[in-house]
Amino acid sequence: MKRRLILFIPLIVALVLGLFLWQGLKLDPRELPSALIGKPFPEFTLSTVQDKNAQMTQDALKGQVSLVNVWATWCVSCRQEHPELVRIAKETGIPVFGLNYKDTRPEAIRWLDEYLDPYQFSLFDADGRVGLDLGVYGAPETYILDKDGIIRYRFVGVIDRNIWLNELLPEVNKWR
Amino acid sequence: MAINPLVHWRQSLLAITLVLFASLAQATIEAMEFRDEGLRERYQHLAFILRCPKCQNQNIIDSDAPIAADLRKQVHRLLHEGYPDDQIIDFMVARYGNFVLYEPPVNSLTYLLWYGPAVLVVIGAIVVILLLRGRKNSTGKQESDISEADRERLNNLLKDKRN
Repeated sequence: MKRRLILFIPLIVALVLGLFLWQGLKLDPRELPSALIGKPFPEFTLSTVQDKNAQMTQDALKGQVSLVNVWATWCVSCRQEHPELVRIAKETGIPVFGLNYKDTRPEAIRWLDEYLDPYQFSLFDADGRVGLDLGVYGAPETYILDKDGIIRYRFVGVIDRNIWLNELLPEVNKWR
Repeated sequence: MAINPLVHWRQSLLAITLVLFASLAQATIEAMEFRDEGLRERYQHLAFILRCPKCQNQNIIDSDAPIAADLRKQVHRLLHEGYPDDQIIDFMVARYGNFVLYEPPVNSLTYLLWYGPAVLVVIGAIVVILLLRGRKNSTGKQESDISEADRERLNNLLKDKRN
C-alpha cells in the first residue's frame, strides 16, 4: 500500500507545478512593479513648461495627497488619457502635477493650450533625468503621492473612467 | 508615354533596398566614446546584463527602445564618473527594481526559482530509486517462493515444450 502511494508523488508534483504555471499565465509579464513604492519622490530642481525661470523642487509636491502624471506631446496614449485627467482635476479637486517627459517647451505649451491644462504645473524634464530617477519606462504613467511626498502607488498606462473609479480613487482615499 | 515595365520594376527594387538599409543604419549606429578600453569592456558587460524595462526579452544593448538608449547613456555617464559596476547596478535596481537584472538575485522570493528545479530532480531521483528497489525486491521474492519440486516441474514442462 505504501508503495502505491509513492507512485502518486510524480502526479502530485505535476499537478502542483501545473497549478503554479496556470496561475502564471494570468500574470502580465510587462507589469513592472515600481521600486520606489514607499519611498520619497526623487529629489529634483526643474523649471516648468510655462515658466522657464521657475525652480521647482520635490517640496512643491508635498502638502496633500496628489497625482503626478508623466506625459509628453509625442505620446499618443497621453492624448487619449488627457480628458480624464482634466475631469479628475476639475471634479475631485485632487491636485494633479505634470511631469513633461523628454519633450520640447513650445510643443508642450501648444498642447496645454489646445487640450486644456489639468495640471497645477508641469515640470519640464527635457532630458528625462527625473523620469529615469523615477523609474519611468513609458508615458503615460501616474503616481499617487501622500501628503509627505511619499510615492504610494504607480499606474502605467491610460487612465480611463473605469480605472480611475475602481483602481486609483480607492488608493487616493486610502492616503487622504 | 509608355513606361518600360522592367525599368519600373528595377526602380522599385532599388527604392525598397534603400529604405531597408536606411532603417538598418539608423538602428545600429550610436556614437559612444570611451576614455579607455577597460571602460568600454565594462560598459559592454553592463549593457549586456541589464534588461530593458520596456521590452521583457532584450537587454539594453540589444534594444532600440528609447528607454534602453537612456539607460545606456546613463551607464556610460556613471562609468565615466568613476562608479564601480556594483554601484551602477544598484543605481538601476533602485529605480527599476530587480526586473532590470537578467539574472535575478538569490533571496527568499526567488529560492523557488533558483532551487526548485534541483529539488524536482532530487524528488524524481528518489521516486525512480524507490520504484527500482521495489521491483527488485518483488522479483527476488518470487524466486525464493518457488520450491525445489516446483522448479523441477517447471523445468520439465519447458523441456517438453522445446522438444
